[in-house]
Amino acid sequence: MAEFTLPKNSKIKKGKTYSAAEGVKNKKTFKVYRWEPDSGENPRVDSYEINLDNCGPMVLDALIYIKNDIDPTLTFRRSCREGICGSCAMNINGTNTLACTKYISDSNGDIPVYPLPHMEVQKDLVPDMTHFYAQYASIKPWIQTQTPPPPDKERLQSKEDREQLDGLYECILCACCSTSCPSYWWNSDRYLGPAILLQAYRWIADSRDENTGERLDDLEDPFKLYRCHTIMNCTNTCPKGLNPAKSIAEIKKLLVSRTI
Amino acid sequence: MASVKGPLSPHLTVYKWQITMVLSILHRATGVFLSLGLLLLSYWLLSVASGPDSHAALSAHTSAWYGKTILFLFTFSIYLHLCNGIRHLFWDAGLGFEIKTSNLTGIITVISAISFTLLSWVAGGML
Repeated sequence: MAEFTLPKNSKIKKGKTYSAAEGVKNKKTFKVYRWEPDSGENPRVDSYEINLDNCGPMVLDALIYIKNDIDPTLTFRRSCREGICGSCAMNINGTNTLACTKYISDSNGDIPVYPLPHMEVQKDLVPDMTHFYAQYASIKPWIQTQTPPPPDKERLQSKEDREQLDGLYECILCACCSTSCPSYWWNSDRYLGPAILLQAYRWIADSRDENTGERLDDLEDPFKLYRCHTIMNCTNTCPKGLNPAKSIAEIKKLLVSRTI
Repeated sequence: MASVKGPLSPHLTVYKWQITMVLSILHRATGVFLSLGLLLLSYWLLSVASGPDSHAALSAHTSAWYGKTILFLFTFSIYLHLCNGIRHLFWDAGLGFEIKTSNLTGIITVISAISFTLLSWVAGGML
């Protein structure tokens, strides 16, 4: 059953405020979610006022600036800083995106920064992704075949067949879409969510994969697939500009068309 | 490693409301509201079947300000649910998933529902 309020241990308390030095003109406040596993306290939101003249243009630059110059205890994931690893996915100014490709100048006023929504937090902006990855493994995200491979070459694909994977293969599994989805918030124990369903469709759409039937059988389930109610938060938030909602619709269409 | 169970990160309270999300929740809310309206409709049919006296008794309520308000909300709910339902039919056919299109069809849905509601009430001489 959906719980619309946060449990007692998750209610957010008021945090600390760090002001910029006097005389700083070009400044911006980041309101950042904080939680320490060792403190025994509830999460809080700390305000960091930073000098934009000393900071790069992206939200990730601001977080690194905070960690280096203001508060070294701030914890977040980051790696590639160019939108390909998916590590720095978080909720910035109300929508999920990658901190490294999100411009600070996109947001007017203070910028709230939270972990990906409705996830168990490990520390500060770091959510536990275990369940998400387990769901990914459950769709068997690798090529499955019945026929033996050609003896002297790889399994080839026409240009047109390869094009079927455009808009799918670019997914970096950052989980922005899944954790933006209210259906996933309320039913993530059984609903696979947009990211995993887009990945499932990526293998269904692959001309080289020969287990399409089994893949569709696995998805034909009131919870795994049909908790998608086309709320569209996934497509609206995808930092790679992909369309998980459309992939899910394509899976639904295939399931209908094979029964008629 | 995770010895302490971590808190649940905030969701509804921090997520930015968007027209697609608002219409989705309204679609469900109007659906529930309309099923309740079905009870009211049956009650009205029964009152008609039971003769002029019982019909007049119910009409006293439906023509009062609170009755009219509820009827107005039902009219709006029907049109919003209907228009958004048509939007869902297109989605089921795999159409209209681009961000621009889904936002535009959302706005069209709201405008249509409001227009049809007002039109119905004006045409029915209720406004």
